[in-house]
Amino acid sequence: MSFLIDLLAASLRNATPLVYGTVGETYAERSGVLNLGIEGTMYAGAFAGFATAWATGSPLIGLLAAIIVGVLSGALMALMTVTFGANQHVSGIGLTIGLIGLSEFVNRLIFQGGELQRIEPMPAVSPFGALELGEAGVIFEQYGLTWLAFLLVVPAAWWVLQRSSFGLEIRAVGENPEAADAAGINVARTRYAALMIGGALMAIGGAFITLALLGSFTLDIIAGRGWVCVALVIFGRWRIGRGVIGALLFSLVFSLQFRLRILPEFAALPFELLLALPYLVVIAALALSGRNVAYPGAYLKPYRRS
Amino acid sequence: MRRISPWSTPALIGFAILITFAITAGPILLAGASPIEAYYRFVVSPLTSEVSVLEVLVSATPILFTGAAVAIAFRAGYWNIGAEGQLLLGAIAAAGLGTVVGGLPGFVALPIMLAGGALAGAAWAFVPALLRVRFGIDEVVTTLLLNPVALLLVNGLLHGPWRDPISGFPESQRIAASAEFPTLIDRSRLHLGFPIALVVIAIAWYVLARTPAGLRLRAVGLSPGGARFAGVNVSRTLFMAALVSGAIAGLAGVSEVAGIQNRLTGGLSPGYGYTGIVVATLGTLTMPGVLLAALFLGDLTVGASSASRALGIPSQIGAIVQGALLLTTVALLALRRNRASRAADPGAGGSVAGDVATGEAPVAAETSSA
Repeated sequence: MSFLIDLLAASLRNATPLVYGTVGETYAERSGVLNLGIEGTMYAGAFAGFATAWATGSPLIGLLAAIIVGVLSGALMALMTVTFGANQHVSGIGLTIGLIGLSEFVNRLIFQGGELQRIEPMPAVSPFGALELGEAGVIFEQYGLTWLAFLLVVPAAWWVLQRSSFGLEIRAVGENPEAADAAGINVARTRYAALMIGGALMAIGGAFITLALLGSFTLDIIAGRGWVCVALVIFGRWRIGRGVIGALLFSLVFSLQFRLRILPEFAALPFELLLALPYLVVIAALALSGRNVAYPGAYLKPYRRS
Repeated sequence: MRRISPWSTPALIGFAILITFAITAGPILLAGASPIEAYYRFVVSPLTSEVSVLEVLVSATPILFTGAAVAIAFRAGYWNIGAEGQLLLGAIAAAGLGTVVGGLPGFVALPIMLAGGALAGAAWAFVPALLRVRFGIDEVVTTLLLNPVALLLVNGLLHGPWRDPISGFPESQRIAASAEFPTLIDRSRLHLGFPIALVVIAIAWYVLARTPAGLRLRAVGLSPGGARFAGVNVSRTLFMAALVSGAIAGLAGVSEVAGIQNRLTGGLSPGYGYTGIVVATLGTLTMPGVLLAALFLGDLTVGASSASRALGIPSQIGAIVQGALLLTTVALLALRRNRASRAADPGAGGSVAGDVATGEAPVAAETSSA
């Protein structure tokens, strides 16, 4: 019982960066831009958040710094793909290479490769602490950013995208920019906004790892989580709700293997195969749906007014 | 071709390098060093001694392979972002074969290693290529997602069946002596992988520029619809380009295992597959360009590590330069394309599928041409 409760609590915790990243990438892709800068944006968010929190002593200021870095990263991606109309995937890879390099460069300058610096991580909060849940209460002892993700960011991001006029504009410029332009929507401005919001969310996802989960920054801290988010967006068919379910499923498998691999009776299991599942599932799902994959209409296409 | 002298390719690449240096002056100043001195260290210093020139060639070797691999695929309009994974599969094959070819002489063992690595790389490229030509499924995401899968495969092997039985380190057994690439010059690390990479580049240049297959590949990249109309089997051409690209990336893995590491290790590739994208783009998808770009980046890599010792600039400046170079080059190429399409036909504004500047979704490209 306690194993199960512990597992569920860890799944919610580990899903948090993926949820932020997946929602952020969904915003970018629904506006018509595949942002492969996500891995670098999460990395830069993780580093900027940590370094700022370490310097100021305040995780909240760290979070703010991460958000600023994320917005700037989204703006740079927009400059490349919207203003210049450059190749989206090459731009995204360039952004990722550059941001990881820059983060590690500044990390080296500040900390000189000395011993690992730590900050006091953000505390876990249990808003339902007053309720008598017994052992199961552990599930609800989560970081503020986890609560924020599931209770506020996901519903709000869904509502904005699906119900607000701004969300309609994002979807319109992602499906058919020519028609959106004819209807008086500013295609460039809308894509800039979607990429900057998406970048902020990705960076928060990265910062969650350093500011809450670990309280420290180590190299390769994102370790492909950004690519997992790219997979989850497709797994969720560009829907926020389904993407979040995908993040929870992946996180459940991840947390489970993490707990099993330290037990001697499971030592022989190929855990790497479990970790490869989300990627393989997405590729299999793409293969099975064949020609019916409903990509956003303007996926990978720059828009230039003729 | 109209006269677009300031926009000619060499001028444009030179301009991209200058902008990159201007951008990276920021981090260099942050590190308390002089940008001019730093650039001298990055670019010129490595060329001033024989030892470091040889190191430049060693650094250029893997990215010559991955750069050529990426350039061939991109040239066909097939966006292979998976060179990293294909390289790792080549490395796995080389590490595996290298331990079983011990009884064979080198002239038999080495071709087996190369063929095995090329096949493994091509096999890793196979599924995304099939999905693309059969169902029109965007290869950007499928090739990209197979990179972490390949890394997990490497780690799974190193923490499982291939773990060094004696030391217990996550490293595979050392490959047989006959499977190792010989070094070309005494007391240097320069190995057989470098001339092999040059031969691959030369063959790729010849095939692309001088053979019907190369013409078909370029035609498909420039205009799939037009190529199809002219009787080219577009699917087949894309499929072959994808497999050849994977095979060449696989050779990069063989070269690193047989020439440098002599075993499979977790840190075998610090992202050579992604650097291949930088090399291919900087080389504007031509083989002479790839050659120059790989040598230039090899020079910068050696220069960055010497600058980190001499000037206290962290060697990660190399990654910043790579990222900035990729962004500035692709941005300038896009601006040139925008200019040219405006000048040619103000109403068109459309883009070319095989253009590294844009890169449209294959789905969209195919539906619009159907």
